[in-house]
Amino acid sequence: MTSLSNTDISDYLKSQEQKSFLRFITCGSVDDGKSTLIGRLLYDSKLIFEDQLAALEKDSKKIGTQGQEIDFALLVDGLAAEREQGITIDVAYRFFTTDKRKFIVADTPGHEQYTRNMATGASTADLAIIMIDARKGILTQTKRHSFIVSLLGIKHVVLAINKMDLMSFDQEVFRKIDEDYRGFAKDLGFEEVVSMPLSALKGDNILSVSENTPWYKGPSLMDHLENVQIDRNEDGNPFRLPVQWVNRPNLDFRGFSGTIASGTITEGDEIVVLPGAKTAYVNSIISADGNVSNAEFGEAVTICLDRELDISRGDVISKADNRPEITDQIQAHIIWMHEDEMLPGRPYLIKTNNKTLDGVITDLRHKVNVNSLEHESAKTLALNEVGLVNIKLGQKIVFESYAQNKSLGSFICIDKFTNATIACGMVNFGLRRASNVHWQAVDVGKESRAKQKHQEPKVLWFTGLSGSGKSTIANLVEKKLHAMGKHTYLLDGDNIRHGLNKDLGFTDADRVENIRRIGEVAHLMVDAGLIVLTAFISPFRAERNMVREMVGAGEFIEIFVDTPLEVCEQRDVKGLYKKARAGELKNFTGIDSPYEEPEAAEIHVNTVENTADEAADIVVKKLGY
Amino acid sequence: MSLSHLKRLEAESIHILREVVATAQTPVMLYSIGKDSAVMLHLALKAFAPGKLPFPLMHVDTTWKFKDMISFRDRMVKEHDLDLIVHINKEGVQQGIGPFSHGSATHTDIMKTIALKQALDKYGFDAAFGGARRDEEKSRAKERIFSFRSDGHQWDPKNQRPELWNIYNCRINKGESIRVFPLSNWTELDIWQYIHQENISIVPLYYAAERPVVRRDGQLIMVDDDRMPINKGEEILHRKVRFRTLGCYPLTGAVESDADTLEAIIREMLLSHTSEREGRVIDKDVDASMEQKKKEGYF
Repeated sequence: MTSLSNTDISDYLKSQEQKSFLRFITCGSVDDGKSTLIGRLLYDSKLIFEDQLAALEKDSKKIGTQGQEIDFALLVDGLAAEREQGITIDVAYRFFTTDKRKFIVADTPGHEQYTRNMATGASTADLAIIMIDARKGILTQTKRHSFIVSLLGIKHVVLAINKMDLMSFDQEVFRKIDEDYRGFAKDLGFEEVVSMPLSALKGDNILSVSENTPWYKGPSLMDHLENVQIDRNEDGNPFRLPVQWVNRPNLDFRGFSGTIASGTITEGDEIVVLPGAKTAYVNSIISADGNVSNAEFGEAVTICLDRELDISRGDVISKADNRPEITDQIQAHIIWMHEDEMLPGRPYLIKTNNKTLDGVITDLRHKVNVNSLEHESAKTLALNEVGLVNIKLGQKIVFESYAQNKSLGSFICIDKFTNATIACGMVNFGLRRASNVHWQAVDVGKESRAKQKHQEPKVLWFTGLSGSGKSTIANLVEKKLHAMGKHTYLLDGDNIRHGLNKDLGFTDADRVENIRRIGEVAHLMVDAGLIVLTAFISPFRAERNMVREMVGAGEFIEIFVDTPLEVCEQRDVKGLYKKARAGELKNFTGIDSPYEEPEAAEIHVNTVENTADEAADIVVKKLGY
Repeated sequence: MSLSHLKRLEAESIHILREVVATAQTPVMLYSIGKDSAVMLHLALKAFAPGKLPFPLMHVDTTWKFKDMISFRDRMVKEHDLDLIVHINKEGVQQGIGPFSHGSATHTDIMKTIALKQALDKYGFDAAFGGARRDEEKSRAKERIFSFRSDGHQWDPKNQRPELWNIYNCRINKGESIRVFPLSNWTELDIWQYIHQENISIVPLYYAAERPVVRRDGQLIMVDDDRMPINKGEEILHRKVRFRTLGCYPLTGAVESDADTLEAIIREMLLSHTSEREGRVIDKDVDASMEQKKKEGYF
């Protein structure tokens, strides 16, 4: 390259512009040599600059694990905590180019606790290098990562059997691991598994085929990476454009922008906009290159139509003769990515490719044991666990299965309060049930029932710590309302915990389900025209808000019985605090389980400044009776 | 048919730019005037064409930038009808903070990091685009495209949100913000190739020309104005030099070069044996210094 002249540069740049692109990940257990392999690829492809090499040599001597030799892992482990502990915590992206291809490699962490970061790297990769230490063979983490690689739809796997130098490049060792892996992976849906005997540290079979493995007839790693052919379904599938943003700079222009999720579009094509199902013809297409007559999968475009349609972010444009499905209930695999466990029934935010909406996991069908790939029954998912779930969405979405279309079949779950990304999901299919179960249209409605009772139906939701006086006040309020001729019903621990919810305990998952059921019952009673009073600790904001959203606007009155913990504990009417403090009662709110105070309760009372009867009067007065 | 690598990078960046505009309340683009900012601006103009940019540009001016950078900036604003906010840390100016008097670390902290935080708080921006790339530096290589910052602009590298596919979590609570890096997956070579392919204007300082420089601590520092003290034993040399990266002129080393065309610059880059950050004084102060700076709110 030292003789490159300026004219050569023009040719060179031309050829570079046409280069193909491969994104891959390295994964596997801790210490299998993932970072070393990437360091080796960069080093051998002459992609490490002199100043970086000087820093690397200095660091290798100071904190390296290879004695006086260069520790390639230090090139990739970029965070201070990683370098100090000698482990990979988060995914690192590295870039290199050969004459044939440009590569982006994501080096993913091996530790189980950082599996979510591994999934982050895998979601954008076309190929996975699964590293195995030849001395150890297949480990739990090999299986876990292979499973996640398969879940995320990667079809090409390189089984990199590393550290062969420590096994004297023994063919039998290689053969045995290869055979074991193929047995394990046969149901994972990979199109291709290529096994290679490597030494990342010494460079065997990395850039060229090694003399140490004359029995190995396959390609070197680099040779394979440069030549592997990745065919993506999305190229040949029907046209889909999720509308990301509506471009309306002035009255004369109205375009719909987004990244084409599959297929191709041509000027003049007839399209349909879902879920609205209105049709139109494509007037013009603006791509990154300006006005074009057609565009394909992967391009970020803006499309203008021949007529005015009401289209917004979240809609999907497809060709009129081939439409995706629409549903508000899906079945999907999810990977749980947060320390707080997944709770069926709790409302989460679901973000798809172009839309954010409410969603509730209605059913955990099973959890997948990553070691055996067997299905196990479970009530919740903990960090890094994988499960098959049904999700009920707050609105209809346009979707396809993940296997068919990664963009239209993927989503993330977001916690409504912390905004943390808590899970990722891959859609299997839509559940038809949703569209078939319609509410019976009945002639006698909520309004007429309420009218007959001369009242506005409401839920009076009392929340507060155990012993705060919720039940006492609720009882008094009910008496007062009853005396005023109102039709009421009080739901409390006595009539719910002993009957409807007697199968539930006090774990977080059970507490959520407890409140969900109470909410549903209250919802029905409001529909019947009643004023419903509930007295439950209901410690989580998310569930109280869920019930608020179930009933009509203005029908949910949150009443915070704000008696301080010290006072409740001192009273300890039922002796529960004493037991909880002694450790005899687990998951007790206020002691070893949190209480999330209401942020904007409609009514606020306490039993320190007021007696229970005074508090009940305050409630009745605030209600306007 | 699948897209070439530059087409894929271009589409990814446009998708990111649009996603922020579709979801953030008050986005802003941090415009540093360098080649990466030039590419980012070019992509943004494409993403929202034929309309104007739906957000302002903001330049955090340390008052020590090359004169050529400022005139280039003002030319771009005019050419593309951009809204530009220039923010200067006034207290810093009053205290006379500068790289010569206070050293690179103090200067960068007060005039750049603190100034940036001031500006973000002042205007209440909830999402800020930056032109950083993952191939620049090892802690950048670990950073998400949508990089979440707590109240107080801090980055927690050990607790980043998972970021899958091209579905970005843009949600934040009051006081929090997101830094967004549309060029995360571009390399230095990609940037130059794209500038070449798209014929993008860049600051003339990237091209070699005869300029007055002083040799100091192994670097060639350009004498851009008369605030530059000339120490005993130093002399002003007139050398044909260019810059691989741009920043505050006292902190940016020039390289001797004859590369006065884009082709020649790329050729020189391909044959180079050092990374572009070598010309930056701030990285070498402490090990992991970039990570530390980012934790404190640096871009």
